Amino acid sequence: MEINLQEFFNSKPYGLDKEKKEAMLSRQLIELTEYHRKNCSLYKNLTDGLGYEEQSIHTYYELPMLPVRLFKQYDFKSVAGEQVSKTMTSSGTSGQQTSKIYLDRNTSMNQTKALTKICNDFLGNSRHPMLVIDTKAVISNRRMFSARGAGIKGFSIMGRDITYALDEQMNLDVEGIQKFLDRHKDETIFMFGFTFMIWQYFYLELEKHHIRLNMKDGVLIHGGGWKKLASLSVDNETFKEKIREVCGNVKVHNYYGLVEQTGSIYMECEKGHLHASVFSDIVIRNPRDFSVCSNGEEGMVELLSVLPVSYPGHVILTEDEGVVLGEDDCPCGRKGKYFRINGRIKQAEIRGCSDTYEQH
Amino acid sequence: MNNINVTYLAGGPINDIKPLPPYDEHVCEFLAELSGKLRKDKRAAAYPDIQSFAFYCRKANIDRLKAEFQDGTKRLGKGMAFHIAPSNVPVNCAFTYLFGLLAGNANVVRVSSKESEQVKIICDIINEMFLSGKHQVVRNMTAFVLYEKDKKINDALSEHADIRVIWGGDAAISQIRKSPIPARSTELTFADRYSFAVLDPVRIAEESEKSIRHLVRQFYNDTYLMDQNACSTPHLLLWKTSGGKKAEEGKKRFWQLLYQEAKKYELADIKVSDKYVLLCEYILELEEIGQIEKMDNLLYIITMKELPGDMTALRGKFGLFFQHDIKELEEISEHITEKIQTCVYYGIEAEKLHAMILEKGLTGIDRIVPIGSSLDIGVFWDGYDIIRQMSRLIDCK
Repeated sequence: MEINLQEFFNSKPYGLDKEKKEAMLSRQLIELTEYHRKNCSLYKNLTDGLGYEEQSIHTYYELPMLPVRLFKQYDFKSVAGEQVSKTMTSSGTSGQQTSKIYLDRNTSMNQTKALTKICNDFLGNSRHPMLVIDTKAVISNRRMFSARGAGIKGFSIMGRDITYALDEQMNLDVEGIQKFLDRHKDETIFMFGFTFMIWQYFYLELEKHHIRLNMKDGVLIHGGGWKKLASLSVDNETFKEKIREVCGNVKVHNYYGLVEQTGSIYMECEKGHLHASVFSDIVIRNPRDFSVCSNGEEGMVELLSVLPVSYPGHVILTEDEGVVLGEDDCPCGRKGKYFRINGRIKQAEIRGCSDTYEQH
Repeated sequence: MNNINVTYLAGGPINDIKPLPPYDEHVCEFLAELSGKLRKDKRAAAYPDIQSFAFYCRKANIDRLKAEFQDGTKRLGKGMAFHIAPSNVPVNCAFTYLFGLLAGNANVVRVSSKESEQVKIICDIINEMFLSGKHQVVRNMTAFVLYEKDKKINDALSEHADIRVIWGGDAAISQIRKSPIPARSTELTFADRYSFAVLDPVRIAEESEKSIRHLVRQFYNDTYLMDQNACSTPHLLLWKTSGGKKAEEGKKRFWQLLYQEAKKYELADIKVSDKYVLLCEYILELEEIGQIEKMDNLLYIITMKELPGDMTALRGKFGLFFQHDIKELEEISEHITEKIQTCVYYGIEAEKLHAMILEKGLTGIDRIVPIGSSLDIGVFWDGYDIIRQMSRLIDCK
């Protein structure tokens, strides 16, 4: 059985309305589920245990969800070992277990293609001079293919004259940035980086030294989560405002996504909404029974993507909470669901006799 | 202990230690008054766990315990008891204090650094009672202390302990044991334990609707009330049956009613996430797994085709239970380890199980209690006769 994604690559990334998208995604994801059940025995055991029956499934809303945490504990693989071309790991902070994602050539190629299609909708089709707000050290260290490195590499395809804004010690390379901007005075500048890094090593440094970059036309795409910034009380609006203050005329787009579903990211539109493209969808689940929440109702976030073929990461229950705001009718004009992520599920006080005795 | 840097939530530094005999009048009077005050206090009324503590230390109960305790021997408290209370069961610090006092000891109770309203209320009331000047003797035996986990303070307090009482499970015990205690000193440790239930499904099928609803409510209290995470909370339900339609009916009835009851459970997203991950892990790891039933996310039931050698591997959370049929009680004996604490029962003869433990010399099962009593802590707990263990026997021939 060969998984074919041509239909998705032939579609506009935000061009399908609810009915068409649901039919197309359901067909693909149901087929993909069967594919993974045939090729990954762990996945087969799990879905059997969860009561999966092929004949009773008609839409992707009924597919069994794999909790994202399991990628940290188990090696889910739907390809033979020798076909794995790279293993991606989440950039978990030290001490935490990291997810391991097994990629073959086809899956990683499709990830890149999908990412490009999605970003082109925001950047246009031509390649722009690109400023990566990170250090080159992240990708030159080949031993670990981290999500951070993968992100930079993936987005770099859409840029040219790729220049890194930070040196190996994470210091801002002001001179390098100035030279880069001088080289591309009247062009659109594409900037990419991780939200917290941008804030900490780029914005705060520029601000501290009263440097203004005065860009005439720029696009900043950033992702990686708000956890650290939320603790500094920096929200999306503040972030945008501050970036514009130091950079000039820059459109800022946040994106949301999982390492486990690299490629099919959710971009923030001009209206501040995150959007599902044709490659993926979001479903908000009621914690009580996993029923589907109506638009506007908060719940647990399930993410689906047609891209994971070398590993069964196509239907994932995340540990985030969010709200679908609407579908097909975002004022930005893009079709598909648009939504907001409210953050990680909150820790709760768990009763019981055994202490979690942290070391110190 | 004036020079030890801790915050006193109730009482103060203990300097002169003069042990009392168990169930001394000073202590009994103090507890009776504490019980009354906790039952009348407006803030305390909101907490069922405080109320059950207050109910436990009421005069009638203490008098009864005292009468049961008398065995003709002469005893005194050991001296200073250092208690390390668990972080997740707020009123436990009050119970361990109560046991220490009843045994006749001065008590330093380290309460969890986690904020707990219940602990605050109890400590406030104890302090008010001390302020009245009436309970000088007990006051000199009381120190509820708060400090961030700090080995130096553990060391200093352990150095003075005639008995150390460690709650909070294996991890807490090994942490505290890094601090030595004097040669004569002894320890009561409350390790990680496991509990299960044995029920007769035919009885459940035959009983009236009203009494089964009551039973299920009791079972809810045994389990969900503590997030199914207390050492005495059952994880595994063994149905004692020789099979048949009636038995299946009984099981179904029990789970259906429990599902109804569980609708009041506060099911936070994080609990759902943890519980669903746990279910997936069991599917991937347990070989003897049979059918799985999900009643929304409130109740997950995993049927085991057979019991694993060590039944403590079957551990639920937030309303995830295992079930298995047995024909005879004897079948469980080979699965009992020293980790097993409580057997909760319904419709079976507890004496038979009791006799079996003795006869077969089983290393586990310290408590056999009816459904609804799994969390009822008392002077006999975890296989200890706490008051006797915390006091010194003075033999005179």
